[in-house]
Amino acid sequence: MAELPNQQESLSLDTFVRGLWEENPVFVMLLGMCPVLAVTNTTVNAIAMGLATTFVLVCSSLLVSLLRNWIPKQVRIASYIVIIATFVTVVDYAIQAISLELYAALGAFIQLIVANCVILGRAEAYASKQRLHTTLVNSLGMGAGFTLALLSLGTVREVLGNGTILGIPLFGADFQPWVVMILPPGGFFVLGAWLLLFNWLRLRKERRLQAAAAESAYAR
Amino acid sequence: MTIEQQIQTPAPSTPAWAMLRTLGGIAMLSGLLVVLVYQLTLPIIAENQRVMTEKAVFHVLDGAVAKRDFVLTAEDALVPAGEGAEGVHLYAGYDDDGALVGVAFPGAARGYQDVIQFLFGYDPACQCVIGSKVLKSTETPGLGDKISTDAEYLKNFEALDARLDATGTALANPIVPVKHGTKTQPWQVDAISGATISSNAMARAVNDAAQRVAPVVQRELALLSEPNRSEGR
Repeated sequence: MAELPNQQESLSLDTFVRGLWEENPVFVMLLGMCPVLAVTNTTVNAIAMGLATTFVLVCSSLLVSLLRNWIPKQVRIASYIVIIATFVTVVDYAIQAISLELYAALGAFIQLIVANCVILGRAEAYASKQRLHTTLVNSLGMGAGFTLALLSLGTVREVLGNGTILGIPLFGADFQPWVVMILPPGGFFVLGAWLLLFNWLRLRKERRLQAAAAESAYAR
Repeated sequence: MTIEQQIQTPAPSTPAWAMLRTLGGIAMLSGLLVVLVYQLTLPIIAENQRVMTEKAVFHVLDGAVAKRDFVLTAEDALVPAGEGAEGVHLYAGYDDDGALVGVAFPGAARGYQDVIQFLFGYDPACQCVIGSKVLKSTETPGLGDKISTDAEYLKNFEALDARLDATGTALANPIVPVKHGTKTQPWQVDAISGATISSNAMARAVNDAAQRVAPVVQRELALLSEPNRSEGR
């Protein structure tokens, strides 16, 4: 497959930051919703899930980028899935070696990273076309963005639903936990609230840009 | 690129061997990596599991510092573990002097979400359950998972009556859950209001397991009490 010239991105800070904000996999692209809703009931779970996903994302993106000229387009999806599944298995064993309690808390969602669309999406849309170093930075940014999103849900849900953060009680014994927040519906509520905030910020920025453009046009 | 141009210049076809080579190569690479990581983590994971079991056994048998593993076979015979026998694993806990503290036995029952697995401690001297621990649970955090955190509820399992009846083959009084605040007998489990299904499951699990384990422990007391210094703490 001949590649078009000037398609490869040059490395800049934007390569990293895009994943955090502009193209945040969760809040902007709405990818990987299954772990986002399912394992963000505590901060620890959110961090562990975010780090595990980031590891798989970075490793598989690197390998895809490295092999991008050898993988024929007809077998690319099969190749990506095998690569991703390999690193998921690695993470699976690594987490069992680190802590069996954490492994039990994350349950089936570690294995389900195989089907996380953030990772396959990165392999297909970015790593298969870009050079190794930009891929590394970009996938690190996406992983950080994903972890950040999980953390924003996990923290809010744990504080409201259990009155603790990282297991440390925040309020006195009289605190009545808002239990629904750590149940599945709470995931939808908190995700909805964050999306509202993100879109409000984005629209406000657009309106300001438009207003500034209109003003300068009027001044002329 | 317009549609006409696309039709005029078809994409060069990929030779079949290139596809085979790629998929085969990636699969081989994947196999190597998975096997390597599996071999590297295997001893660590086995050690983690051993430590977790030991911690759980010492948790449910207060005062125990050493343990020996036994297997309760399908024919209700008790044999030391590691001799190829299959069945339920029981753990006898011993104190500093090598005296039997009690026997830890597993129990399981269906909770709100899924089967909950427990480990209970049984003291043959007082004929009662003296400790409990949730090994695996997917109960709702904040509701059902109170069965592993609620201190008042866990007191139920610190001196839960499990005396044998006259025949010595079953409990004199089956362990039963009762509504919160209505416990009157030492063989009743005071359920947590708001986590009734999970507390009932725990009571059911301890009853089912104790009905089978307690008679065997009483019968095999000699075997269990045998001092065994070879297995350290």
